[in-house]
Amino acid sequence: MRYEAPDTIKAAVGLLSKAKGTSRILAGGTDLLVQMRSGMVEPDLVVNIKGIPGMRDIVADKGGYRIGAAVSGAELEEHGKVGQMWPGVVEATNLIGSTQIQGRATMVGNLCNASPAADSVPAMIAAGATARVVGPKRTRDVPVESIATAPGKTSLAKGEFVSSVFLPKPPARTGSAYLRFIPRTEMDIAVVAAGIAMTLNAKGVITAARVSLGAVAARALLVDACAEAIIGSTLDDAALDRLAAAASAAAKPITDKRGTVEFRTKVAGVLARRAAVIAYDRARG
Amino acid sequence: MSAVHVSTKINGDDVEFVCRPDESLLDVLRDRLGMTGSKEGCGTGDCGSCSVTLDGRLVCSCLVMGAEVGGHEIGTIEGMAQGDKLHPLQQKFLEGAALQCGICTPGFLIAARALLERNMDPTETEVRYWLAGNLCRCTGYDKIVRAVMDTAKDMRKAAAKSSAKKPAAKKSPAKKTAKKGARHAA
Ligand SMILES: Cc1cc2nc3c(=O)[nH]c(=O)nc-3n(C[C@H](O)[C@H](O)[C@H](O)COP(=O)(O)OP(=O)(O)OC[C@H]3O[C@@H](n4cnc5c(N)ncnc54)[C@H](O)[C@@H]3O)c2cc1C
Ligand code: FES
Ligand code: FES
Repeated sequence: MRYEAPDTIKAAVGLLSKAKGTSRILAGGTDLLVQMRSGMVEPDLVVNIKGIPGMRDIVADKGGYRIGAAVSGAELEEHGKVGQMWPGVVEATNLIGSTQIQGRATMVGNLCNASPAADSVPAMIAAGATARVVGPKRTRDVPVESIATAPGKTSLAKGEFVSSVFLPKPPARTGSAYLRFIPRTEMDIAVVAAGIAMTLNAKGVITAARVSLGAVAARALLVDACAEAIIGSTLDDAALDRLAAAASAAAKPITDKRGTVEFRTKVAGVLARRAAVIAYDRARG
Repeated sequence: MSAVHVSTKINGDDVEFVCRPDESLLDVLRDRLGMTGSKEGCGTGDCGSCSVTLDGRLVCSCLVMGAEVGGHEIGTIEGMAQGDKLHPLQQKFLEGAALQCGICTPGFLIAARALLERNMDPTETEVRYWLAGNLCRCTGYDKIVRAVMDTAKDMRKAAAKSSAKKPAAKKSPAKKTAKKGARHAA
């Protein structure tokens, strides 16, 4: 195994493009080192991107924020302003692991690890976040939901990596929230999760919404039917019932040691409903 | 496997070492530098017994590559006491019997110090959430949490005293709380 710490994106792309065998980007390493230790991956090349200028920056951009691929959960929380703008995203990211894990883990690593239970991913999808993909041919901005394709698999081509994630400026009266179910209060992986963002008009009627479910399919889902269930409503009980039903209908989970198909299907609806109530209250201000 | 040469700072001292790229910082500390205060409970980020600070931030040294610490500053349990003088947290852990087998203790001490540097007045919930990544199989946590709370109290008293003596002195560090207690869901 070779270890490299390039100091430009171009050099990193060059290393990844030329590499034979298995290559891995190193961000916070909280997934990668565990996987290497268990023998799940045996990389021939590890490219640490944390020394590339800009990777650790949070930059205000077009009214939103661009978050570098090496920004840790703790740094994101301490920034404060991102959390005011997109509380759902920052809360979801801060749920990852312990204080120690927060000191290292990145949102982009969470995304590119492509676990269906990754906490920050449904929240980013709900926020309409885009990932900036750099590579040998060109730089492209793609919706976050198009990165993970299946557990451990991404749509990134050889030589490509994600340099940052962009959280757009939310329209006025927008609220966001993320909830996950775990059997304890800390240090566990989501059994089911729901991320929601919604925008209201002056009368409190929902005019736009994005709802994403985690851990109920091979990757986080963006569920249009959930959004349609609440758009045009003031999130009354009937709308919440429609939302919960749409979330349960969209869930295509598996049974494993963390939960059964039946449990996950039901809880997808419960969490979508609860997250929607929080997001609605936040949108009203 | 090509060896990596690394220059870093540990507990304020310049340190150089050579390691294989697949070695963790914990491996390097224990097996190459003879600093065996940091313990390996799991090697997978779950137990916190390998806790160190990296540029002031609390991390699991089992999840940091040895190769990547060049140019950074590491703080380990070996740097906590000043000569024979124990850190107030170490003293309180001893007095309060906040340890039994002691395997988890270096990690708890490093983690608790990182908390008190940020927040000298944590609530019990804040202490428990901050330390949620440190596991102890012996004590049942209560004495550990109490030792941290008691140390914080002493530190506040000491700070109040010294600021009363020196009225122009700066106030205690900005309060940065571990708000996790209010945030966990469902
Ligand atoms: C004790 C513990 C608790 C955890 N708890 C949670 C939890 O509650 N919720 C949760 O979702 N996860 C959890 N995790 C998993 C992990 O911490 C997160 O997925 C984290 O966000 C990964 O980020 P990282 O920066 O550490 O990624 P890394 O380990 O550095 O990378 C992860 C993967 O993504 C690739 N990668 C990283 N950055 C890029 C990039 N910029 N471009 C392309 N590929 C990239 C890497 O090559 C690797 O395959 C936990 C892990 C541990 C050890
Ligand atoms: S040994 Fe590092 S967390 Fe357990
Ligand atoms: S004292 Fe034995 S594990 Fe904590």
